[in-house]
This record gives sequence, C-alpha cells and structure tokens, in this order.
Amino acid sequence: MTDASNTRHIPDRLQSNAARILKSWEVLLLGVAILIFVANSFASPYFLNAWNLSDATFNFTEKAMIAFAMALLIISGEIDLSVAAIIALASTAMGAAAQVGAGTFELVLIGLVTGLTAGAFNGVLVTLMGLPSIVVTIGTMSLFRGISYIILGDGAYRGYPADFAFFGQGYVWWVLSFEFVLFAVLAVIYYVVLHRTNFGRTVYTIGNNATAASFSGIRVARVKFILFLLTGLMAGVAAICLTSRLGSTRPSIAFGWELEVVTMVVLGGVSILGGSGSIPGVVIAAFVMGLVTFGLGLLNVPGIVMSIFIGLMLIGVIALPRLWAKWRA
Amino acid sequence: MSMTRRMFGGAAAAALMLAGGVAQAQDDNVRIALVVKALGIGFFEAAAEGAEEAAEELGNVEVIYTGPTDTTAEGQIEVINSLIAQQVDAIAVSANDTDALVPALKKAMQRGIKVISWDSGVAPEGRMLHLNPSSNSLIGNMIIKLAADELPDGGEVAVLSATTTSTNQNIWIEEMNKVMGNYPGIEVVGTVYGDDLADKSYREATGLMQTYPDLDAIIAPTSVGIVAAARAVEDAGKVGEVNVTGLGLPSEMAGAIESGASKSFAIWNPIDLGYSATMLAYQLATEQATAEPGAEIPMGRMGTLTLDDNNEGAMADPFVYDETNIDDFKDIF
Repeated sequence: MTDASNTRHIPDRLQSNAARILKSWEVLLLGVAILIFVANSFASPYFLNAWNLSDATFNFTEKAMIAFAMALLIISGEIDLSVAAIIALASTAMGAAAQVGAGTFELVLIGLVTGLTAGAFNGVLVTLMGLPSIVVTIGTMSLFRGISYIILGDGAYRGYPADFAFFGQGYVWWVLSFEFVLFAVLAVIYYVVLHRTNFGRTVYTIGNNATAASFSGIRVARVKFILFLLTGLMAGVAAICLTSRLGSTRPSIAFGWELEVVTMVVLGGVSILGGSGSIPGVVIAAFVMGLVTFGLGLLNVPGIVMSIFIGLMLIGVIALPRLWAKWRA
Repeated sequence: MSMTRRMFGGAAAAALMLAGGVAQAQDDNVRIALVVKALGIGFFEAAAEGAEEAAEELGNVEVIYTGPTDTTAEGQIEVINSLIAQQVDAIAVSANDTDALVPALKKAMQRGIKVISWDSGVAPEGRMLHLNPSSNSLIGNMIIKLAADELPDGGEVAVLSATTTSTNQNIWIEEMNKVMGNYPGIEVVGTVYGDDLADKSYREATGLMQTYPDLDAIIAPTSVGIVAAARAVEDAGKVGEVNVTGLGLPSEMAGAIESGASKSFAIWNPIDLGYSATMLAYQLATEQATAEPGAEIPMGRMGTLTLDDNNEGAMADPFVYDETNIDDFKDIF
C-alpha cells in the first residue's frame, strides 16, 4: 500500500477502453476454466479425485512461478526466453554440488544464486548495453544450456540428499503439495508487488512509454534490471522444485519451457507489446493450461492434439474479447 | 502408505467418490499403457501394432498407446501422472530419461500399478523388470552369423566399427570373437573405425577393399557404418563380391538390399518388442508372474524372458531383414 498523495493514476493503456476489456478478460478466462473443469468431470470418471487433482497441479506450478516474474517483465516491454536454460544451468550447478556432498540448504542457496546470476547477466546485457532483450535471451538460452551440456554431456547427476526431495515431492498438508503452496504464496506476493506498490505502477508506466517514464523520473534501466533479476530468481526456484521432483539432472531438463511460460503469460491477458496485464489473469491461465492438459491426458488424447487445443485456445481467448469489443462498438 | 493415503483421500472427498464407482465398473479389462518416447515415431507406431496384436491374442486387454509430443522426461511424467489417475493396471514405458522418471513410476507402483520398461530402460528402483530387445552375446553372434551364412566355403571378413571407445560396438565385437569357433573357415582380417561419420566410414570401407582384395564381407555393427560401407561397395563395383552386413535401419538400408550390396542385416523388430512388452505387463498385472531374479516369464509367440540379477532380460536374437521383408519395414523405421 502506498500513500495516495504520492501516486498518480496511470491507466493500463493510454488508448481505448482497455480497462473495461481487461476486467472482462479475467472473467472470461475464469469462465473458460470452470467450463473445462465441468467438462472434464463429465468426460472422465477419474477427474474429480482429490489426489488426482493434486497430481495434476504439478503440470503447471513450476512454470507458473516463472510466469509471474515473466508477466512483470513482459508488461515492462521486455522478455526473457532463457528461463528454461536457466533452469538447466541452476539444476546442473546443484547437481554438481550434490556430488561433492552439499546439503539441502546449500543446494537451495546454489539454485537461487545461479538463477540470480543468470538473471543479472541478462539484465546487464539489456539495460547497460542497451541490447534488445529478445536477441540477448535467445543468445543466453543457448549459452546457459550449452554450459550444462558441456558439463554433463550425455551423463546425469543423481544422488541428491533424501530431504531435498521435499520441494518437488513433499506435501504440506493432506493433498496440498509444497509446490502448490509455494505457487499460491508467490501468486499473492506478485499480486501485491504489481498491483499494490509504486514499483508495480512504474512497471506499467515503463511498458506504456519508457521514454515518458524516464522523463518523469523513473529509473527505467534499474527497474528493468530488477525484473530480469526476479525472472532469473524464479527460474532458480523452479529449478529447485523440478530437480527435486525428478531427483536427477540432465542438460535437457525443462527443454522448451520458455514457450510454455510465455504462452501462460499471454493467455493470462498480458499484452505481448507491454503495458497491460494482471497477476490474477496469469494464475487463472495456469489453471486453464493445467486442467486442459490433465483432462485431455485422462482421456488419453495424443499430445499432438493437446498442443493444437492449447494453440486454438490461445488464439480464441485472445481474439474473442477483441471481436466482442468490435461488435459492441 | 499408499493405501491409507488413497483411502483417506477417498473418505475426505466422499462427495467426489460417485465418480469412483464408475471407475470400478470399467475395470473388467486389463488396461495396459504402452508409453513411448514420443508419438509420431515409426519405430513406436510399429511397437503399438505389436501391442495390439498381443491384446487381441489375450482377449481381455485394452492397450492405451500414449506418450508426449516430444522426447522429454517432463512430458512423459505428465503422461504417467494421468495414467496413475486412471488407475491403469500396468505401465510399459520406453523412457526418455533413466533417472527422472523414477519418482513418478515409484508413485505408480505404490498405487498398485505394475511397471516395466522396454527398449530404453528405467533405473531398477523405478520398474519391476526391463525388457532389452536383445543381448550383447546374441548381437555378437548374429553379426558374424549373417556374414558366415553367405560364405558356406569360408572367407575373409573385416569389421567396420564406430569409434575405438564406443562401448556398445566394442562389447559386440568382443562377443563376436568369443563365438568365432562356431564358424570355421571364417577369418576376421581386420577392424577399422569410421567414428560413426558417413564420410570417414566410407573411406575406411574403401580402404578395406584395397588392403584385402579377397575380402568377402564387411561387418558394420553401426547404423552409420553399414550404410557407408554399402555405398563404398557399390561405388567400387564390388556388388556380389563383398557382402555388407551388420546392424542397420531398414529405412536406410532398403537401397543397399535392392542393389545387392547387402544381402541381409539385423536390428530389433519393434513389432515383436511391443508385443513382448504387452505380454510381460499382462503377466505381472494378472499376478501370473512375479518379477524377481531368475524368473522365467512367458511372452506368447516370443518364448520366455529370463530375468537376471537386475531384473533385466533379453527378448530374442536381432531380427534379420533381407529382400523378402525389407519393403514391409522400410517405411516403419
């Protein structure tokens, strides 16, 4: 919460009635989520089972953690395509440490620090050297994963300490997994940061017009650097969860996740051009993607059809509000 | 542990258990999931065909052929989670990752699902048994047998291998040397290494034919080497004089069989593999067999699988491909 006298109201988008559409976006998405939930319950007798639903959350929790930070980054007008590669690098670093007997606490620390370092590297290249983030992170995507491949080759790290398994396989209470609780806590934190702090407002401002933001005294480069740090950190957190869940590290870990994370963010209503979007949208999008993959999986629908379905849903959810707005106008 | 967890879950979610009743009613068929590395790969489509064949033979079996879109461990775990949720009776998996699938498969076993791996194995703690398509000794014997069968009066053969450090090829050649006594008159005159590179393999094969003008056969226990050697024989105009054999893929070797540069070669048969995996999964799921060292588990027309100390077993001799069957398989893999 900030002092009201300090903050100016800055619209999420300068043109049009975007705020109204945005409001309906989350509602529409929530409708889609409920529809999928109900359809799944009818389609498969195995869907409405507490343990099965709990298992299903693992399909999206790790990706969603990164998606929160990615949402802020995309709102600010940047993108980080190296997140999956950061997972590989952080996981490799943790694996190497585990081989020489590092304990769970050290492993977590190493995972987080590796993520932060990789995020800082991206941040420096983008903010200090002024390079476009899409190009930088496509480069670091190959770089980070390349380092993992050099270290591991076709080998694997195993032998993580037994209590390290808690992060990816542990349960806090009954069916509530540690990952799901962490996902929920992070969702609240990112909601507060983006929607209830000055920092969050500056992120929107930068995304709408970085030059204007800079002229109004916002340290654009610093905010963007922090966002890259955050994204790297979240990739580190996801690396800890995923490594713990798999119990092993290979350089191909989390391959292709960057696109799924970006899909989740865009499906959640974040404008890929920057300047608008919300955390609740991303949370619902995470559930939608998780429910769709799990529901279709229960019906043994082949993965190819699932990809097509997700693609159509993405186009549909993006096109519908615009068509609706046009039709209303 | 798993039972209490499930029962607790069931009791607490009593309202949801209406659905569970429906699930029970469907359970009269033995449901076996054939999980492959990725969908849309000819080799695995053929394995699924074999699985269906086994299901038809057994009668009360439903095969669920599934897998991720691309060959990732994470994708396979999602598939395995949905199979656990469906309470399938058995999972037979060709793994994208030896270790990463272990936690998910352990969970499956805790919930009463029988788990086996085939083709590409899972670490022992993540499965009950592993079905190897063949064994090193069977492969070593097969590659020399293929050459010897075409040379009833004996002759000179040479080996074109991958790299000097290729574990698989070295073991197979070693196993081949052990059984040389069974093939009198066959002499191995030399071994060269093409490093699994097409151009180097080609040059080494050409070199072999120049060094040993009386060479009768080249054995290449590598899919890259065998294609390159066949090309070298064709280019040297020695088709009919030098027979190329070894391990290769039907799709890549169809031309060499047609030209006559290769009379026959071997590799596992994916149809047999899918068939055997399904048979084994059925035996475990119906509790007719237990996976333990020394166990002999029947797998229909493919005979029996004998498990070693790691609960692994070899299915059969590599399958021989020649002009009679190459057309059936060249489009598969």
